[in-house]
Amino acid sequence: METSKLRKRMPVATLLDPAIIGPAIGQAFVKLNPKTLAKNPVMFVLEMVTLLTTVLLLRDIAVHAGNIVFELQIVIWLWFTVLFANFAEAVAEGRGKAQADTLRRTRTETRAKRILMPNNHEVYEGVSADRLEAGDLVVCEAGDIIPGDGEVIEGIASVNEAAVTGESAPVIRESGGDRSAVTGGTTVISDRIVIKITSSPGSSFLDRMIKLVEGAERQKTPNEIALNILLVGLTIIFVFAAATIPSYAAYAGGTISVVVLVALFVTLIPTTIGALLSAIGIAGMDRLVRFNVLAVSGRAVEAAGDVDTLLLDKTGTVTFGNRLATELIPVPGVTEKEAAEAALLASDADETAEGRSIIAMAQEKYSVRGQVGAKGAEFIPFSATTRLSGVDIGGRKLRKGAIDSILKFAREQSGQNVSEPPAFRAAVDRIARSGGTPLGLADNGRLLGVIHLKDVVKPDVKDRFGALRRMGIKTVMITGDNPVTAASIASEAGVDDFIAEATPEDKLRYIRSEQAHGRLIAMCGDGTNDAPALAQADVGVAMQTGTQAAREAGNMVDLDSDPTKLIEVVEIGKQLLMTRGALTTFSIANDVAKYFAIIPAMFVAFYPQLQVLNVMRLATPQSAILSAIVFNALIIVALIPLALKGVKYRPIGAAALLRRNLLIYGLGGVIMPFIGIKLIDLAVTALHLA
Amino acid sequence: MTIIGWVQIALYCAVLVAVTPLLGGYMTRVFAGEANFLSPVLRPVENALYRVGGVDPQGEQHWLTYTIAMLLFHIGGFAILYALLRLQALLPLNPQEQSAVAPDLSFNTAISFITNTNWQNYGGESTLSYLVQMLGLTHQNFLSAATGIVLAVALIRGFARASMKTIGNFWVDITRCTLYVLIPICIPYALFLVWQGMPQTLGAYVDATTLEGARQTIAVGPVASQVAIKMLGTNGGGFFNANAAHPFENPTALSNFVQMLSIFVLGAALTNVFGRMVGNQRQGWAILAAMGVLFITGVLVAYWAEANGTQMLDALGITGGNMEGKEVRFGIVASALFAVVTTAASCGAVNAMHDSFTALGGMIPLINMELGEIVVGGVGAGLYGMLLFVILTVFVAGLMVGRTPEYVGKKIEAKEVKMAMLAILILPLMILGWTAVAVVYPPAVASMANSGPHGFSEVLYAYSSQTGNNGSAFAGLTGNTLFYNTTGAVAMFIGRFWMIVPAMAIAGTLAAKKSVPASHGTFPTTGALFVGLLVGVILIIGGLTFFPALALGPIVEHLAMQAGTVF
Repeated sequence: METSKLRKRMPVATLLDPAIIGPAIGQAFVKLNPKTLAKNPVMFVLEMVTLLTTVLLLRDIAVHAGNIVFELQIVIWLWFTVLFANFAEAVAEGRGKAQADTLRRTRTETRAKRILMPNNHEVYEGVSADRLEAGDLVVCEAGDIIPGDGEVIEGIASVNEAAVTGESAPVIRESGGDRSAVTGGTTVISDRIVIKITSSPGSSFLDRMIKLVEGAERQKTPNEIALNILLVGLTIIFVFAAATIPSYAAYAGGTISVVVLVALFVTLIPTTIGALLSAIGIAGMDRLVRFNVLAVSGRAVEAAGDVDTLLLDKTGTVTFGNRLATELIPVPGVTEKEAAEAALLASDADETAEGRSIIAMAQEKYSVRGQVGAKGAEFIPFSATTRLSGVDIGGRKLRKGAIDSILKFAREQSGQNVSEPPAFRAAVDRIARSGGTPLGLADNGRLLGVIHLKDVVKPDVKDRFGALRRMGIKTVMITGDNPVTAASIASEAGVDDFIAEATPEDKLRYIRSEQAHGRLIAMCGDGTNDAPALAQADVGVAMQTGTQAAREAGNMVDLDSDPTKLIEVVEIGKQLLMTRGALTTFSIANDVAKYFAIIPAMFVAFYPQLQVLNVMRLATPQSAILSAIVFNALIIVALIPLALKGVKYRPIGAAALLRRNLLIYGLGGVIMPFIGIKLIDLAVTALHLA
Repeated sequence: MTIIGWVQIALYCAVLVAVTPLLGGYMTRVFAGEANFLSPVLRPVENALYRVGGVDPQGEQHWLTYTIAMLLFHIGGFAILYALLRLQALLPLNPQEQSAVAPDLSFNTAISFITNTNWQNYGGESTLSYLVQMLGLTHQNFLSAATGIVLAVALIRGFARASMKTIGNFWVDITRCTLYVLIPICIPYALFLVWQGMPQTLGAYVDATTLEGARQTIAVGPVASQVAIKMLGTNGGGFFNANAAHPFENPTALSNFVQMLSIFVLGAALTNVFGRMVGNQRQGWAILAAMGVLFITGVLVAYWAEANGTQMLDALGITGGNMEGKEVRFGIVASALFAVVTTAASCGAVNAMHDSFTALGGMIPLINMELGEIVVGGVGAGLYGMLLFVILTVFVAGLMVGRTPEYVGKKIEAKEVKMAMLAILILPLMILGWTAVAVVYPPAVASMANSGPHGFSEVLYAYSSQTGNNGSAFAGLTGNTLFYNTTGAVAMFIGRFWMIVPAMAIAGTLAAKKSVPASHGTFPTTGALFVGLLVGVILIIGGLTFFPALALGPIVEHLAMQAGTVF
């Protein structure tokens, strides 16, 4: 089963969607407000020095001093640099807003039927949904939109949660048990339920989701804060480097204009990463939402990238939920065909997944053509007392069932103590040892053979766990099975460790002991009893189908309720960190070329020898400085798609990944600007701009 | 460039690499408090010292307590040294009847010696009494070196420990470092130097009659004992003004070789101590390898520049490279190697005049100091300076493997980055800042012996040397003025302690963190890739900052010289 095919993705806005680009251009100007920019220190400094040069330019224009055409171009490109940075952030936010709008449309206009008296659920008044308080009781009937997050306290209903999950098949919500949580914005399709609202207006699940994808509630993550400190530090270092130059120049008998000095400073400070930093963060959150996972904070997404151990429930994640027949072992004297026919007949009317898998096996593996729906057949359904099922047909009593039950049945039918053939017992033992379930097959008093029912491991999980291992992540399978069965499935699926006969307390204990060794743990869960473990784990992904308690405890909610998605969540977290690292490295590496463009240009007037350092052979000092500034601005725009899409994560091990990324973003970051600045210089010269 | 020159360089590196793990193993045991072959003799002395000082050798300190203890210790050291300098005329052991040292020079000198810089704005033989040399300077030579080492060890403990509040005990560490490491090496080392022809006497200067019949006073004194710790502790303050170029301070080729080795030996060994304490010696070797790449590159450039000389010398018919300002006894390779070693480490002893090097040859010592002397570096200071760059490297590039950056099991987060940046900021602030002031302040400009880019290099060198706590001088600059004495002292003080306090804060936060086990997803920090990356970050962040200044100093001077202009 290909998990990703099951996934309904939210609509993805293309990079060039005019509906996003248009408003983003407007936003780029709105964000020039220094108060907004102050959150991003590098950009704030950039705006301040740009303002300074603008003032100086105006002064020069007023007194007709300096090279006004050149200064004007520098100032224009400095403003472009600030605007491009704002634009990058606005595009990222715009993409989130596009998703949020879809969500918001469901929220507005919702009317709620609020119950007036707690003891009488028949009398209610109509109120607007945003006037509901936590603790209010509301009634929802077929066709109603559920007005807020809450818990079903009475009744059962089918609910369409497509507005939140994108999945159109309705789900059952009922009072009590693990399926009592409902989400505001979803629609009741049938029946009537009474809901106790658990969220206050503006803080419902939907509201949180809207704010998150819009980036409005975005707080800087720990790693982002650390990176910002680094960028501020670098900026201060370059303040010293630039601010001391006029004095050196004065000693050498030259002067440096402030505009040129600002140009050097701006190209040296890490504007590229500074401009794209918040776009990367918003886009990371956005990617997660498009995978139908909601995180309560960016911190959780970042933690996902650091996860060392993944706790996975066996059922549904490692194996298909049901046991399937994989082989048939006849006793000596019985042909495979004979046994397969009997198995087919005995399962003909068995509608369970196990029964159907036996039919499929008989038909496909043993090529038996069964008379499905044979005349005169009387079907014996499974009962808890006999623990057998089968068919009576033409005097034959065909039965399948648990081994001791089938032996008992054979004894009763033959009226004597049938000896269990050694081969039968051997087959049963072998199956049990391998972690499977043996199912006996008998025809009246005669034992025909054993069917091997197996907990079938999903075909692609072994590769995925292999990929995780290469990422450096340990997978641990949690199962209620006994240790023998668990060990067998664990080795087949390729998980690194397992916890057999696990209770919720075992999970919690395991998580704590791993954390004590410094590891970060991710897990997913849905039941109320998973809540403590979800809360304890560093990344706890609650299933949307789960209980309110589980959803509150985790720091992410998976709207598709697909446990294997943890793997993608981890990849998204890693991608987020990698993108930041790659662009930071690129940004710093770019400085080499910029130095070689601007330093000779600055000093060549009084030390003509320094022309040797002009390795790019840029035409004139003015064109060199202008080219460096233009490159510095354009590179931001050029990297917006990368910032939004993220650097691709490859599970090839940290050393190989580092080598690859260093080559691209480190070495590439050193070389590329030499080419870029040279090309811009050619263009600038051709257009006679400087 | 000659075969014998290459052999000398190769031999130097080989001996250093061979000694590193041996000394590293010994020092690891010393700082772990384990017994060693000297314990039977020294343990009673050690315990007696603790009793006298009222130190509980078992009691460990929080990073802040540790740092405050260190700072108090230095304030005391400063007060004593300043008093000795000011009062030397009244004190004994002054056979030459040296008068009191001026206040600004005393201030500069006292700061200089407590910060392990040993910048000397004076000539030793014409200014200081034996008492000041021994009790004041040699004393600080031991303690400032020991301080550097113990701070490095404290930072290493930060990396090596997990979930702990303390990083060791300053008093215990400094006692053990002096007793078990510095003194046991210095005693045989000083004897070796005496055997090589170095004076060790408390007698007065000797009057001699030269062959021409002129009267000459030959300065002598307790030289060997001071030189041993001057080199081993990367202090560099010469007994004589000519420093290691003086025949009494560096008598033979063998003493020259051993002195160069002794500058690097403790700094290199500390990388091994780091590896051992964090549980993987390859981590230490990786750091030493990064230092090695920068070092050997520097040696090659300096050796090449000096061996090729200049066109002007060629035009005069002088072949065999640039011998100006070099001792004939040592020649080009030993002078170039010494210059790189002494500036890579924060030693500052010189056996040739760096001022007389070619422009590019002289630029290498300058770059070494501006990078923060992290290429092996001053004892201890080199390692903790390098670890700050490691933190930045791991933080920037570590993100590229998709995890919160980790180094030897410790997550590198906001606090560490902040402290590392705070420390590294100091280099451009002090070096570029003071240079910018000095080159436009007329009295400061008047101190320069040369005009143009060469004069600029002299000032840049002076502040690089003092901020980096190196102490070597480019010569040419008259440093004993109120301006240079004061600003230099500020550069030395800030350059030392503004680096130390953040480094210790990092030690504290790291020690308190959990240790993260390594996996396939962990950023690998022992391979060639990491070494290359670290070198790249050092050159880009550390080096590029100084590119404008270097362009206006040695680079333009070199280019001008090619065109036939000298300054």
